Amino acid sequence: MTLQSLLVVSAALFGIGVYGALSQQTFVMIMMGLELMLNGAMLAAVALWAMSTAGAPKGQLLTVIVMTVMAVEAALGFALVIGIYRIRKADMTEKLKRLRG
Amino acid sequence: MSRSLAVDVAFVLFAGGAVVAAWLVFRTDSMVRAAYWLLASFLGVGAVMVLLHARFLGLVLVLMMAGEMTIMAVFMVMFMMNPAGLNPMTMVHQHGSAKVAGLVSFAGLALVGIVAEFPDRPRTSDADPTAELGVELLGDSMLIFETAGVTLLATMIGSIAVASKRGRFGDAEEGSGPPPLEPTARPAPEPEPAMEDHDHEGMHHG
Repeated sequence: MTLQSLLVVSAALFGIGVYGALSQQTFVMIMMGLELMLNGAMLAAVALWAMSTAGAPKGQLLTVIVMTVMAVEAALGFALVIGIYRIRKADMTEKLKRLRG
Repeated sequence: MSRSLAVDVAFVLFAGGAVVAAWLVFRTDSMVRAAYWLLASFLGVGAVMVLLHARFLGLVLVLMMAGEMTIMAVFMVMFMMNPAGLNPMTMVHQHGSAKVAGLVSFAGLALVGIVAEFPDRPRTSDADPTAELGVELLGDSMLIFETAGVTLLATMIGSIAVASKRGRFGDAEEGSGPPPLEPTARPAPEPEPAMEDHDHEGMHHG
């Protein structure tokens, strides 16, 4: 378990997340892609905390902040999906081509 | 078996499992299964964090994601077509460029991770990392911690406001109408939608 291998794993998670967020059509699947990207970022932060900063506590704090971002993204994403479904009965990005409320 | 070898084996298993599960999220037909593959990916990352001595963060991640993925599965049964994967489906757009973007970001980040020279200063202290994090959260970085808390509170209020069925100006289903010309008049009626595709509402509108 070296720093390099950890960073490659986190880059793989991030790349899969980029692919998913760009290619999926369903809102919830796009959110899954975003969460995978944050997952990779969090793994990289913890890896650098453990291997490269001599265990400075602020590294763990950064991970807590990324977790907050993840919670905010999930909550707002679900709320927006509910709002869009109420107005448009849409569950896919292709149904939102017009910006009329 | 020495401890470091055991850690290496566990790392390969958990990290490889996390990447494979992340890939399967977008390969399975069933969205509910996709949610649980994503949970498996988070479990792998949480286990790697525990291996890296960030025990508290790893366990918090697993707990948080178990809750969130359950919500996500229920959500998809509620709102999405074909949540159970009874039919094969690939609902993707711009597939080629998305693949290229994913590969390019993976290759670039992996290259940086391998080539860049990060300082080689592994954790040395024997102090409990959880205790260190607790002291940091309620000490020097308390303002950051509290800001995160207030951000979460604002998110809760905002998402309730966005998702609520009835707002201050009427039902959410009504959508927005043009404002009235007179200040005291009722809002102008909604114009008839001319080219809306009514695939879900066809029964009601004829």
